[in-house]
Amino acid sequence: MRRLVLILVPYLWLIALFLIPFVIVVKISLSDVALARPPYFPQLDLTAGWAGIRTFFSELDFENFTFLTTDDLYWKAYLSSLKIAAISTALTLLIGYPIAYGMASARPEWRATLMMLVILPFWTSFLIRVYSWIGILSQGGLLNTFLLWLGVIDQPLTILNTEIAVYIGIVYTYLPFMILPIYANLEKLDGALIEAAEDLGCSRTSAFWLVTIPLSKSGIIAGCFLVFIPAIGEFVIPSLLGGSQTLMIGKVLYEEFFSNRDWPVASAVAVVLLVILIVPIILFQRNEQKNREASQ
Amino acid sequence: MRRMSGFNIVSLTFGLAFLYLPMLILVIYSFNASKLVTVWAGFSTRWYGELLRNEAFLDAALVTLKVGVISSTLATVLGTMAAFLLVRLGRFSGRTLFSGMIYAPLVMPDVITGLALLLLFIGIDMDRGVTTIVLAHTTFAMCYVSVVVSSRLSSFDTSLEEAALDLGCTPWSAFRLVTLPIIAPAVISGWLLAFTLSLDDLVIASFTAGPSSTTLPMKIFSAVRLGVSPEINALSTLMIGVVAFGVVIFSILSKRNTALKLQEERDAVDGRT
Amino acid sequence: MPQTVFAPWENPDEKPLIQFRNVTKKFGDFTAIANLDLDIYAQEFFALLGPSGCGKTTLMRMLAGFEMPTSGKILLGGEDIAAVPPNKRPVNMMFQSYALFPHLSVWDNVAFGLKREGRDKSEIETRVSDMIRLTRLEKFARRKPHQLSGGQRQRVALARSLAKAPKLLLLDEPLGALDRKLREETQFELMDIQEKTGTTFVIVTHDQEEAMTVASRVAVMDEGRLVQVSTPDRIYENPNSVYVADFIGDVNIIEGSANQTGDKVLVNWAEGHSPLVATTAAVLQKDQTCYLAIRPEKIAITAEQPDAANVVQGEILDIGYLGNISTYHVKLPSGHVIKAQSANTRRIARRSFTWEDKVWLSWSDTAAILLER
Repeated sequence: MRRLVLILVPYLWLIALFLIPFVIVVKISLSDVALARPPYFPQLDLTAGWAGIRTFFSELDFENFTFLTTDDLYWKAYLSSLKIAAISTALTLLIGYPIAYGMASARPEWRATLMMLVILPFWTSFLIRVYSWIGILSQGGLLNTFLLWLGVIDQPLTILNTEIAVYIGIVYTYLPFMILPIYANLEKLDGALIEAAEDLGCSRTSAFWLVTIPLSKSGIIAGCFLVFIPAIGEFVIPSLLGGSQTLMIGKVLYEEFFSNRDWPVASAVAVVLLVILIVPIILFQRNEQKNREASQ
Repeated sequence: MRRMSGFNIVSLTFGLAFLYLPMLILVIYSFNASKLVTVWAGFSTRWYGELLRNEAFLDAALVTLKVGVISSTLATVLGTMAAFLLVRLGRFSGRTLFSGMIYAPLVMPDVITGLALLLLFIGIDMDRGVTTIVLAHTTFAMCYVSVVVSSRLSSFDTSLEEAALDLGCTPWSAFRLVTLPIIAPAVISGWLLAFTLSLDDLVIASFTAGPSSTTLPMKIFSAVRLGVSPEINALSTLMIGVVAFGVVIFSILSKRNTALKLQEERDAVDGRT
Repeated sequence: MPQTVFAPWENPDEKPLIQFRNVTKKFGDFTAIANLDLDIYAQEFFALLGPSGCGKTTLMRMLAGFEMPTSGKILLGGEDIAAVPPNKRPVNMMFQSYALFPHLSVWDNVAFGLKREGRDKSEIETRVSDMIRLTRLEKFARRKPHQLSGGQRQRVALARSLAKAPKLLLLDEPLGALDRKLREETQFELMDIQEKTGTTFVIVTHDQEEAMTVASRVAVMDEGRLVQVSTPDRIYENPNSVYVADFIGDVNIIEGSANQTGDKVLVNWAEGHSPLVATTAAVLQKDQTCYLAIRPEKIAITAEQPDAANVVQGEILDIGYLGNISTYHVKLPSGHVIKAQSANTRRIARRSFTWEDKVWLSWSDTAAILLER
């Protein structure tokens, strides 16, 4: 009896508040926009029995998905999201790997503190961390003032409201996600392996490329996915730092829903986004699975 | 790993500076008398005063705290149950679906989760407000809690529970007296994680909130969309301060705890009591 | 001296391959190696033996190039190698943990060092397959390290470190991770491979049996100093100190005061007992404190009082039955407990002694080693 309660409560909760909502999203993505409340058509009329269900299904179609392919706003937004996510993942890796490497080479008594320092920003508000860059990157912001003072530039750069600002925002907020898995990998790395490589004729640099990098591969992959996957659907960063020119699918979805009130198209955008995300998610799961097996 | 070369020191210094400088700047400029970011017009706590007089912010903060406490508590209970399901029950029908539903929200973009929940609430004609935000936050936060708790639970020695049963405990009292105290640190950090996620969330709350239930992130978002605002700087400083204070207290406590434990172990080995 | 026996250290014309000249190594305040001088000759199988923390691993890591001496010189073939980084030294090391690259196959692990030298593909192929054949790994060449047993991993590590044909091979506790039976087999394999390749081996171990079995010479170390460097049989039969006698094999140590007449020494060791007799080449002062080291197998145990240079009576306290031999712990009236061993030539049912039996222990005047420290 108790066992049943234990199973049923979280199970039913997730079905009601996670699974069913997605079924609804899929259903609405197949409906048509209507000037009604709720603003889509058809409505499922259960009072009409079987006939009602049959008419309901016959009214569903893929029109919204066709629409997504015809209006270039959408596929451009998907492509630009993928591009921004990929570039910022690469940048995060470039910045995060040396930090993780530095942490792993630090003396053991320092590592816990360094780890805490990397995690700490994660506990402060995401929104505030993104916001903090507005004052730095704006035309009259601190970065421009500083560069002008240094004499590196003689005219303020436009960084805020460009894709560059979005890259900076993503790298900044997701950096801990890249550092931690790589650090976990490097920390376990047996120092004797590096010594063995040097003993067998490697210079420090070639030992790094031939031993350290391949052995931290799974951490690198995990870190990249942990940045790439959420970056694709990111909303806050492009809307605060990206300005109107930066096209990202999370922002398009939000605007489609709240500004245009086109629920069926918004749902279709969401369904396609999910389909796009499935591939990296499955690859990520595979990598995690492999790591678990390797560590056993 | 061993050597600490100059390169490592440089990369660590720059990395940490990158992580902390923006926040530090925010804190400094929250004490700026001027409204402009670049102009330093002297030290002032003016913006803190204005912030405290701004009732809209105070209301939003209250809503956020309320949502945070209720949803993270619910999420902790549900997430712990889910963790037991995942770790202890082995194979049951629908396990794959269940673990899928636990892991999917972790990688789901907020916009999709928010949209889906909103469509559900509209579909069942539920009035949007604090309740709907709580339901939404509980749902995604319980998944995080269950991941945290189940990692602790999978390393838990089940013979401890069996010993408790053997000594006359009922299953429930064995859970309460043996299992729960041992997994408590994971449950607590699960709660903290859920609470932080709830305080942090903008997108899902924007979808599921009603007109009378604006949360603090929503308020901040609408304020900063138009650019830097000194009041938000002050608010950010307060929030950063609370987190920093909490972390410092927590690390001091846990350090003292481990030191105490070590000392006790040493005494025990030496045969002192 | 005819060169049938391999003993370059006895030939003053022979040039050592490795020379430690007054080498000191400090880690902060801790002195790991103190003013050490040591010569190791080409084609030797040299063992560094000592308890953990005695500095033997530091000594080896200085040879490999992972540690620099704080002062003093290390010469390899007459040249100072202090400035040569590990990757440029003609020295290879077999690591205690084996340090096999987990992402590479057995073949690629063995080929790793050769590829760094930028040799021809075909040359590498031949060399790697030679090494793999030498270590009998043909069947496992395509496997990854985690798919191998402990003994196989050990052989991969050996093949990898031998592949570059180093002048000197360093082995850090090479058999420590293997179980006893495998260890014994592998010891002979190691000796065989050392002989076949003609490489100079320096092995670090804390296992005295292992050092005795494989090595041409053994250096016993303690607290950063060399206590004795000699061949295994001399280390065993002629230890130069109580420390060495105690570290190598089983031994009874009896403390007493010396009374020398010629090469005979009478050792007064207990009130009311007649002195024990030993021989020595050293000159001792009258009543100098000295130690008698007697190996248990050199002590005879009998029921009747025998006629021997040294005879004491006692009561059997304990019997350690080891199958081929038995060790008897005999308590003397003076309180000393003496270990004596005898071979079990008879079946156990007819064993002659049991607990609490009064027995006689006896040994000749040349059986005991007289030590001054």
